[in-house]
This record gives sequence, C-alpha cells and structure tokens, in this order.
Amino acid sequence: MTQSPESNGHDAKEFGDHRIETGQGQPIGMVIEGSVANGVEVRLDSGVSVEQIKVGTFVTIQGTGNRFFGVVTDVGLRSTDPRLKYTPIPVDDPFVIDSLQGTVAFGTVSVLPQLTMPEVLGEGEGPAAAKSIPSHFSRTFTASQRDVETVFGSESDGNFWIGSPLDMETKLCLDLGELVKRSMGVFGKSGTGKTFLTRLLLAGIIQNGEASSLIFDMHSEYGWQGQDTDRGVAVKGLKQLFGAKVSTFTLDEEHSRRRGVSTDETVQLGFNYIEPEDIELLLESLNLSDVAASAAYNLSEKYGQEGWLKEFLAAGRGGSLLELAEELQVNAGALRALYNRMGRFTRHGFMVEHSRTDTAARIIEHLERGQHVVLEFGRYGDDEAAYILVSNLLTRRIHRKYVEAKESSMGGAGKEPRPLVIVIEEAHKFLSPSVASQTIFGIIARELRKYNVTLMVIDQRPSGIDSEVLSQVGTRLSCLLDNERDIDAVLSGTPGSRALRSVLARLESKQQALVFGHALPLPVVVRIREYGPKFYETVGRGEDSEEERKRKVEELFGG
Amino acid sequence: MGGLVRTDSPEIYAVVGRVATEPLDSTRPVLARGEDADSEEDVIRDNPQLARLLTARFEVYIAGHVENGVIRQYLPPRPPRVHSFVYACSPEEVSLFTARLDLLRLLLNSGAPHADEIVGACIRQAASSHEQPDDFRAHACRTLAVELAGDVARLSSLLRRISP
Repeated sequence: MTQSPESNGHDAKEFGDHRIETGQGQPIGMVIEGSVANGVEVRLDSGVSVEQIKVGTFVTIQGTGNRFFGVVTDVGLRSTDPRLKYTPIPVDDPFVIDSLQGTVAFGTVSVLPQLTMPEVLGEGEGPAAAKSIPSHFSRTFTASQRDVETVFGSESDGNFWIGSPLDMETKLCLDLGELVKRSMGVFGKSGTGKTFLTRLLLAGIIQNGEASSLIFDMHSEYGWQGQDTDRGVAVKGLKQLFGAKVSTFTLDEEHSRRRGVSTDETVQLGFNYIEPEDIELLLESLNLSDVAASAAYNLSEKYGQEGWLKEFLAAGRGGSLLELAEELQVNAGALRALYNRMGRFTRHGFMVEHSRTDTAARIIEHLERGQHVVLEFGRYGDDEAAYILVSNLLTRRIHRKYVEAKESSMGGAGKEPRPLVIVIEEAHKFLSPSVASQTIFGIIARELRKYNVTLMVIDQRPSGIDSEVLSQVGTRLSCLLDNERDIDAVLSGTPGSRALRSVLARLESKQQALVFGHALPLPVVVRIREYGPKFYETVGRGEDSEEERKRKVEELFGG
Repeated sequence: MGGLVRTDSPEIYAVVGRVATEPLDSTRPVLARGEDADSEEDVIRDNPQLARLLTARFEVYIAGHVENGVIRQYLPPRPPRVHSFVYACSPEEVSLFTARLDLLRLLLNSGAPHADEIVGACIRQAASSHEQPDDFRAHACRTLAVELAGDVARLSSLLRRISP
C-alpha cells in the first residue's frame, strides 16, 4: 500500500521515455472500479492533473489478458476521506497541498471501454466490441497514434482522412466503402460547417471511386466553387478538383453564366415527366389542399400519365375548368387552386411543355460511366417547390432504373449497378413524417442498400425528419446542435446516447463533429480537416484509386 | 525524541518516543531547589548529590530489525536482550534505514499517546541525514497521506509539523 505512489511515479517516467517504442500512450492511472453497463472508473496517478484529461479523449487500458480501447466520458474529483470537504486545509502551504494531491484527494476519469484490441495485429484479427471490462489496477494510457490507426484504419489502407480526434494530431480515417453502403446524415446548426464537411466527404467518395454520387446542389456550392462565408474567400468546388470525373448540370443557365461558371448540361424538364405523386409532395410548399392533390390523380387518369399536366393547363387556359371539375367530380375551387399554382410553377425557366432530352436518362448515363453529377439550381435554389419537385422527379426515375438494373443483375443478366449516393439538402422537407412515406427519398432511406442507392441527407433540423427514416441512417456526422429535440433525433437509437448528449452539446461551433454509426467502430469527436490548398493538393493529383483503375479496365475490355 | 537508535546482536532499530529525567527512587519525588542560587550551575554545585539521585531514561518504539543482512521494518521475533548496549545511529545508518518508510505505520499504530509527535520528529530528524532532504520529506508525506487517508484532520496537522 505504501508503495503505490512511488511505483506509480516510477512507471510514469519509464513509460514516458519509451512511449514511441512501446506504442502505448502516456500512462494516466489505474482502474479502481467499474461495470460493463457503466464503464470503469480510473484513478489518476499523482502526477497527472485532471485538467489534462478531456471528455471525449481516447484511452487504452492494459488488462491482464486484453487491451481495451475506450473513451473518457466523465472526469471527477474524489477523496479518500468524506470529511475532506469540511476540514480546513492550509491551502497556502504548497507542501501540504502537494502531499494531499494524488493521495487523499485525487482525480478520476470514467472510461467506457468500447473495444478489445488484439495483442498482436494482423492475422485477420481486428478490434472487437468489448464484452467485459479490465480487471482491478489495470494501467490506463492515453491512446497513441498506432492505437487510433488500429481502430479506425489508416490512410494507407485506402481509408479517407477526415480529421483528427480531440487533442491529438493523429489522422482519423473513415472507411468510405462502409460509409456509402448505408445512408448517412450530416447534421448541424447553420454555420457549423455542414457544407464543408459534406464537400470533404464527397471529395473522398469521388477520390475513392467506389460509388457515384448525385448532388442536388440547392445553393450552387459544390459544383465549380463555393464560398467560405467566414473568411470571404472562394473555395474550390468538386469540378475544379476532379475535372472530368464530375459533371455539372444546371437548371439555370443564365445564373451559371453570370457567375462565370461553365456547366456541362442544362436541365429541362418536360411536363410529361411530372406525376401526380409529385404534386402530393408539393402540398405544403405550394399551399395546396389534399383535395387539390388528389385531383391530380383524377386528371392523370383522364388524360394519361404523359400528357395530363399539359392538357390540364390547356383546359384551364381555355376556360373549361368548371366543366372539367364536374366531369372529374372534384371541387371546382380545389381544381382552380391547382391550376393557379401549377400555372405559376410551370413558368419556371426549366419547365418546358415537352423536353427533347430526357435529363434523368442523361444523368444516369453519366453516373453509369462512373462520373459524379452535381445539379445546380441557380436562382431556383431558393424556390423550395422547385427544389423538391426536381430532385424528387429525377431521383424517382433514377431509382427505378437502378431497381431494374439490380433485378436483372440478380437474374444473371447484366452487371450490378454501381453504388450511388444521392445528396440532398434541407432533407426534412422530403423526409418529414407527413411526406416521408410518399417521397422516393423515404423509400430509398428505408429500402437501404438493397438497390445500391443510398442517401446523404444534410439538414439543420433533424427533428423534422421522420423517425423511421432517421433510424435507417447508418452513419451520422453531427456538428453542433443546441435544440433539445434535434439532439434527441440525431442520437435516437444510438447506444450510450446519454453520454454522447453531453459531448454533442459541447462541440465547438466550427470544424468539429461527432461522428458515429455504421462506418465507425465507436463514436468519435473529430476536428474536421481543413478544406483548403493543402487538401486540394492531396486530392488534386487526379490519380485514380486502385478500385477506380480496375473498374475502368473492366469497362474498357468488358471484363 | 524522534531519533533513531539501535542495539547490536540482534540488530534492532527503534525510535525514541519519550525522554525523562527521574529520581532513582520513585518514592522520593524531585523537589525544587536553589531558591537563592544565581544560576543553574550554582544549583548543581551546591547539591552534588543530585547527579547520583537522578537519572535520564528514554523509551523507544521498535521500528524494525535486521534479518540476514536485510532491513525489515516490522517487529523482530524477540525483544533485545536486557543490558544490550544501545547506540545512536549515524547519519548513514539513518538514511539507509529510512530508505523505506513502513516504520511510519508501525509508529502511528504504536499506541503511544503522542504518536504524531514522534512521527513528526522522526521525519524531521531523518530528513537531515538524507542527501535530498526535501525529496525525503515529500516522500514521507505521501506515505503518511496514504496511511492516514481516512483522517484528513490528523494528516493535515501532522503535515504541518513536517512542513519546512
């Protein structure tokens, strides 16, 4: 017993010197109690101040048979004598204070052991979920770079470097292959860096080449270039970074030209592609009644899928709405409202009575070639109805195509369609509980990866997203959120959400995100990597990844 | 008080816990003398019998012993023999013996009515025998803190006695 302070101090020195060779971090203390449910309590060594340990830091615990990897969830002050707080202590005597600190009064950290790490790496053995806890007096260390690499994978293994853990310079990597297998969500208050994080992820996905992506770019931030509103400088968009790998489509050619941005194609939507389901989705944004929306179904029954909108608008212009209402047995007022709203809506520049090119087909072509498509909305981005309609319409057709391709590949005819990530902003508009069951995005989110199509939803009000959909979002990246309901929504269905709550509410307002879910072995707070010239250099070499090269060869030679 | 002493064969170490000057005959209490004397020396000179009637005694608390050449800081199997010679330890011996401080527990639990005083005096004296007195004092205080973890008030008063 009398030995412990001395021997602790000794260990600290010894390990401190050999830190790099042993691959262990710095020793901080030893386990004194705990349980699997609540994690373990670690008593800090006398030389370690509680102020050095931050919530969210990674630690390793060397048990007798296993090495555990965990995260600090709480830091506390304890004393051996409960009377300490009532006993006057000569605080001005450093000698007395030094003697008490670390012996009678000491710091503790609560650690949640998440993984057990194999003693020897390789041989197909990786970290596994911890089902036990380390024994008493196990030494605890801060996690070293090697530990973090073991757990999250290293950049050299083809993972994407997204940032660093708190208080560490280690590169924290994401397995993009896993990431795109399930839907993902990027959440955070406005101005917390969602767009930058998304741009980073997309750059990673493009570089990695395992999946194609389709980005509905509401505010024209991803294609050619974006703005860093804090510093007032322009940042490179995906097209600038990746050149031919990215195609930009625009709804608003004029807007693009004004910005001096060249786009690959201009999107025009024919009336013939609009379906009654689309109208139903627009109820809220166009302020239509249910009756009006169901009238659209009646109209499409009467005039047929292809021409109903055109015929309807023509009938309206001809002044025969009343007769039409009678014929369809719908409320004349509702029909008029529908006519008015659709009339206004179809005056948008990208709407044409009959489009010659099938935009959806063009986009699919690009995607099948392994390209990534950014659809810029230009000034229509502020028009909620336009955004919802266009993205829903295109996505529905693309999804249908993917379902066909997947089914025929299952039947042995044709190859598996390339995984696709569809990026939508303001996701709660598509996925709110009232419309999630109808929109194609709701279906994609629920059907998951069966058809190789997944979603990346970007939103600042996750509480507005249907909980059923949200539960299917595999990997969540959340920047700062302060609304209680939003935090609840983001953390719903996550084990240990109570501990994560405090972490999420304490994130810094910039460049920090809590990342958790399918693609990571454990939740982690990430200091997001800088999106700037240094980043451009690493991705801008234009080299194809291994998979990408293989895929191209296959495509060329029909492998 | 607090000094380290030892006996020879068997080699037993102890810390002085009480020092007193007493009459040889306990039935004859010491009386105050020298009302008219100018100095204390005069009192001794005028009463030469005092040196024969009074004696200095000290009590020690055993702190450890040497067994096969190894210092053990726990009680020896047998007490020292009667009439063993007792020596004051040299600074080297003190520093060697107090390299480990298990004796503090022995002293704290010795049942002496003023155990804290003995411990404080012992550490203060031993510190001066060490090459790095401050390091020794800090080490001793941490040891005490572990021993008295459950009684902060006692610990704090003891630490203040040792504090330089």
